[in-house]
Amino acid sequence: MSVAEALTEPAPALLAPSLETVGMTKIFGQFTALDDVSIKVESGSFHALLGENGAGKSTLVKCIMGFYNATRGAVMLDGHEVKVSSPRDARDLGIGMVYQHFTLVPCLTAAENLVISRADAPSVIDWKSEIPKLEAFMDRMPFRVRLNVPVSALSAGEKQKLEILKLLYLEQRFLILDEPTSVLTPGEADEVLGLLGEMAKRGEVTVLMISHKFREVKAFCDSFTVLRRGKLTGSGDAQEASVAEMSRMMIGDTEIRERAEREKRNESHTVLDMAGLIAEDEEGRPAIDKVNLKVRAGEIVGIAGVSGNGQSALVEVLAGQRPLKDGRIFIKDKPFEPKRSDFDRFKVFGLPEEPLKNATVPRMSVAENMAFRAFDKPPMANLGWWLSPGPMRRKAKELIERYRVKTTSPDSPIEDLSGGNVQRAVLARELSGEVDVLIVANPCFGLDFASVAEIRSQIMEQRNRGAAVLLVSEDLDEILELSDRVAVMSGGTISYVAPIDETDRNTIGRHMAGH
Amino acid sequence: MSVAASAPPVTSRGLNPRVVRMIEAILIPVGALVVSALLFSVFLLLLGKSPAQFYNLIWVGGFGTSFSIQNTLQRSAPLILTGLAFAIPARIGLTLLGAEGALVLGGFSAAAVAIPLVTFGWPAFIGLPVMAIAAMATGAVWIGIAGWLRHYRGVNETISSLLLGYIAIAIMNFFVEGVLRDPGSANKPSTMPIGEAYKIGAMPGSSVHWGLAAGLVLAIALYILMSRTTFGFAARMTGGNVRAAQAQGLPVGFLVVACCAIAGGCAGLAGFYEVAAVHGQANASLVAGYGFTGILVAFLARQNPLAVVPVAILFGALAAAGGLVQRRMGMPDATVLVLQGIIFVVLLVSETFYGRIPFLQPKAGERS
Repeated sequence: MSVAEALTEPAPALLAPSLETVGMTKIFGQFTALDDVSIKVESGSFHALLGENGAGKSTLVKCIMGFYNATRGAVMLDGHEVKVSSPRDARDLGIGMVYQHFTLVPCLTAAENLVISRADAPSVIDWKSEIPKLEAFMDRMPFRVRLNVPVSALSAGEKQKLEILKLLYLEQRFLILDEPTSVLTPGEADEVLGLLGEMAKRGEVTVLMISHKFREVKAFCDSFTVLRRGKLTGSGDAQEASVAEMSRMMIGDTEIRERAEREKRNESHTVLDMAGLIAEDEEGRPAIDKVNLKVRAGEIVGIAGVSGNGQSALVEVLAGQRPLKDGRIFIKDKPFEPKRSDFDRFKVFGLPEEPLKNATVPRMSVAENMAFRAFDKPPMANLGWWLSPGPMRRKAKELIERYRVKTTSPDSPIEDLSGGNVQRAVLARELSGEVDVLIVANPCFGLDFASVAEIRSQIMEQRNRGAAVLLVSEDLDEILELSDRVAVMSGGTISYVAPIDETDRNTIGRHMAGH
Repeated sequence: MSVAASAPPVTSRGLNPRVVRMIEAILIPVGALVVSALLFSVFLLLLGKSPAQFYNLIWVGGFGTSFSIQNTLQRSAPLILTGLAFAIPARIGLTLLGAEGALVLGGFSAAAVAIPLVTFGWPAFIGLPVMAIAAMATGAVWIGIAGWLRHYRGVNETISSLLLGYIAIAIMNFFVEGVLRDPGSANKPSTMPIGEAYKIGAMPGSSVHWGLAAGLVLAIALYILMSRTTFGFAARMTGGNVRAAQAQGLPVGFLVVACCAIAGGCAGLAGFYEVAAVHGQANASLVAGYGFTGILVAFLARQNPLAVVPVAILFGALAAAGGLVQRRMGMPDATVLVLQGIIFVVLLVSETFYGRIPFLQPKAGERS
């Protein structure tokens, strides 16, 4: 029976399946990414899969989804062993996944996206008969998405809902969600997870959610499993276990560096002053629109906002990656232009998001990457143009040592390093000197606990030493932890600014949603 | 996905990554050449010809006698320069196919400025440098346009440089068949000959013109520029990741246009030697495909200015042996072009092998 036929009938009473993995093991060459992991997700449960980056969560779900063939182990669906050797098998078994990033076609409408996702989508689609069927489908669902507007016009929350609806439309009742709320406002996240939780309670779906956020796990999940370095380190009832217990299972005995304390500072002068900044995106639409913000010495100003509200564009403007259409930037009351001489003159440094993409040349060596700030100045350059590899290498060795960058050699291409080590190498380059202005964007995205603690400490230290820090982050917890003042960016402009002790998560969340 | 984010990368056998890259950069192009030769042998066998005889003739025609060596070197001189014209912009991330146009236009401007110089009887030691500078400047501007369009207007540089090449040829034809036509050139419209006094002779003890020396000097100079100067470092940063280069405040636009101008200068200089040392005037003979063969040379040389030299000599030998193959094996001159084409395709395929040769790699799974 095809999906289309199934949809014409009254909603069949589908039961949420249970799923187990038995001794799942995945070995890549010499490296064991997943070591004998057995998890059990009960029918109709909302199960959290916890673990740090590189703990094996993604490997596990990729084995379940058939992207990888497990070295050993089996998947049991409703108690029967099933063979999943490709994502197509998973789909036929009713196992569906929502990825971190959207997989919808932006220029098509929601209705078109749903219909083309079907395995039996016809070459010529009879919209007259499809639309009523889709409407009927939407009526049965706990949440709706507008069917006739292009996906690009939907908000992130609506897109995420549509991703989930797509799985339900394809009759998939075991849903794997990979950090589904990273693109949503706290309000949207709560709504989507709440509705899914209700569906699970009614026995309509079973949900396995990869998450970093204990708050969500405590609020919505009923059971959890923790992985660490490819091994199962714990599982249990998500409501009974405490956050401290769960985090201990996640990080084990890893020594976490003491976080730098926020030193009390007196009122100080403005260092970075952005006045009416306007810039456009690639299509010529306004990306940031009259951004006004001041950052004082010894202060961290955190910019919160839902991804895609102009934060990246603002950082790009300050870093010289995007032309400024209008407005002025001043540093210590002098006009600043994002070019090399001004970066040096005003001691402006940056930790851009996705360092491998924005702050390094992946194929160049670690030593060369660490020299980006200094390669054209003595002692690395003589007469302003003649390079000396000796000092460059010596400096790199010193920084690798000091910042504990794990690399086989300063000559290794930086792309061979792990995410945390790339970020440490960039940190070493940008923060080893005197810093007056620091522009940071999502510095801890995708890093493990130890690296996160270390990087946040470094940022705080710079603040304590008197740097003006602009921190753009999609992680509200990070903003709340580090900032002296919080600004919210919405629709390309700063819509709200408040000192940290005069605001709270809910107020910020409301402004992020544009209210 | 980062499976092993925390595992440090270890190359098997403890090889230094720099050494691994060097081995790859030699092994893969050489392997590609061998595979191309095998494929071409199949082609020859299908035609009922002997591959052994063919490769023997290439050897004899390219390097067998002192005459053939000089012939080879003579042909490789412009290939070194056009190879550099592709390799330098490639370092900054641009795929430019404009060397042919820059060579033609460079050669034409050299011939054009020679007309008043010769007419007024200026001595060669002044006239020749003026011609060379005119050729290089024209080439630099011509490819510089493609770089400028790329950086400031987002125009695809591969397409624009290719099309600019056809415009360049048309411009030369326009003048050569029009106002600058030498009435004496009946069948082949040409500019006025520069005359014996202006002709660049051969290097001492050979029949090879000075273009070869110019190519060698430029290859070494550009190698040093790209690997040992801040300009080269900044260009490599830009080529490797333009966003990182921007975030470091580098003048990306200047670097892009400068690299294109250097490329154009090299190709223009090749045009100058074609006029001043070979043809003695500008005409359709300048459109000999050196610009396009240069792309192949640069590819095989992995965009390394020093490696361009031996590769250019190899292709010079192929061209030099073309006539011999034609006479001895009764095969058309284009046979060598078939071989070149096969090499190019195999070379493009071989690009996918970098970082994937099993015994040179970190153990599987230790890369994220």
